[in-house]
Amino acid sequence: MADYKNEFGWFAERPGVEKKVYNKFPVLIGLVAFVILATAPLWLNAGRDVPPPQPSLDTPAIQKLTQQERQCVLPLSEIRATHMQLLITWRDQVVRTGEGTQVPSPRVWTSPDGRKFVPSLTNTCLGCHSNKAEFCDQCHNYVAVVPNCWGCHLQEPATAGQVAQAEVK
Amino acid sequence: MGINRREFIRIAGLSTLFGLGGAKAAWELLRPGQVEAALQAIPTPLAAKRWAMVVDMRKLDEATAQQCIEACHRIHNVPNFRSPVKPEDKVTPAEAQRWEIKWIWTDPFHNAFPGAHQETMVMSERVHHMQFLLLCNHCNNPPCVRVCPTKATFQRSDGIVMMDMHRCIGCRYCMAGCPFSARSFNWRDPRPYIHKTYPDYPTREPGMVEKCDFCSKLLAKGELPACVVASKGALTFGDLNDEKSPVREVLKANFTIRRKPHLGTNPQVYYIV
Repeated sequence: MADYKNEFGWFAERPGVEKKVYNKFPVLIGLVAFVILATAPLWLNAGRDVPPPQPSLDTPAIQKLTQQERQCVLPLSEIRATHMQLLITWRDQVVRTGEGTQVPSPRVWTSPDGRKFVPSLTNTCLGCHSNKAEFCDQCHNYVAVVPNCWGCHLQEPATAGQVAQAEVK
Repeated sequence: MGINRREFIRIAGLSTLFGLGGAKAAWELLRPGQVEAALQAIPTPLAAKRWAMVVDMRKLDEATAQQCIEACHRIHNVPNFRSPVKPEDKVTPAEAQRWEIKWIWTDPFHNAFPGAHQETMVMSERVHHMQFLLLCNHCNNPPCVRVCPTKATFQRSDGIVMMDMHRCIGCRYCMAGCPFSARSFNWRDPRPYIHKTYPDYPTREPGMVEKCDFCSKLLAKGELPACVVASKGALTFGDLNDEKSPVREVLKANFTIRRKPHLGTNPQVYYIV
C-alpha cells in the first residue's frame, strides 16, 4: 500500500489511479479535535488574571524584629534565587560533613556577613517564616513546584517566634 | 611636666592590650571565655575517634530500660503504632508488630544472643532470664554500609553508622544485611502515630529505613545520647580510643560480651552481664 512512493517518485501521480484524500470526514474531524484538545489549556486560561505571588512577611517573629534586624540569612536576591542550594548545603553540613571535628560545629552555619545560624529548616527558616502557606507555598504554587521537604520536616518550629541563631551578635 | 614612669607603663600596657585586638581581646586576656559565655554559647560538639557504648545489665532494670526507649523514641519522633493519635487510625496488633519502628528495644537473652544457649557457650543461669537493651551496634565493619546502593548509610570517621534519609530509596538491602535487626522500614506514614512531635528532628516518610544514630544531633550539641542520660548510669558512652574515657574504664574493670561477634561485624555495643 506504499502509495506515497511509486516508480514516478514521491507522491507522484500514478496514471489511472485517482488522487484524493481517503476517509476525508473522519480524518478532518479527528484533526480538528486534536488541535482543539492540544491547545485547550491556552484557550481555557486566555484572559485569566493570575496574580503574582505575594509571600507574606507578616509573622509574629518578624514583627518583633527591628528594621535593621529584618535580614534573612542571605541578601534578598540571593536567598530568593538560591535558597534550595543553601538548604542542600545545610543538609550536607548537618548529615554528612558534620562529624564533630568540623569547625566550629555542624550546628553552626556562618552567613557571608558573619552572622551565625543553626542550619535547620524547621527551626531557623520557619522560626521566622512560621506562615508556610502564605510564604513558601505562594511562590511554589505559582511556579508549580512541589518540594518534598514537608513529608518529613515538621512545620512547627521548636521556638516559635524566635530565630534559632547560634549566636546573636 | 610629662608623665612619670608608673603612668607611662600603665598607659603602654593598656594600649598594647587594645592594640592586640580591641576591647574584646583585652577582656579576653583578663577573663578568658567570659565573652563567649555571655553571648549565647556555641555548644562544643562531643568528638571522638571511635564512639562505643557499654550496657551494664547489672544496673539496668526493666523500668529503666523502658525509660531509655521512651527518651530515645520521643526525641526522634519514632511512631508507636499501638497508640494512634486518632482512634480511626487504629491498627490490629499484628499490623502494629509488623510495622513497628524501633531504634532501641529490649529482647530476651536467647533472641539477643542466639546460639548462646547451646553447649558451646554456657552462660550463668541468671543471664538466660535477662531482658537485654538492644540498639544499633555501630559496627566497625558494618554490613549495612557495604550493601547500601545509594550510600545513604555511611560510616563517619568517629565510627557512627549514620543514615542520610534524603538518599534512602527504601530498597531494604541494609535490613537484610544487618544481623542485629537494628533497622526498621517505614511501611506507612508515621505521623498519625506520634503523639507529640519533637521539633529538632524530622519525621520520616513511607519507604525509608531508619535506625539509631547514637544521637549524632545531641553529640553535635555537646550532649550525651538520650538513652545514656535516661539510664541512671547503666549505660556508658565514650571514646574507645581514649584510654581515660568512661567506656575504657568500664571495659577495663568488667568482663563484657558482644552480640554475634563471630559474624565479624565488630559491634561496638558491649554488655556487662
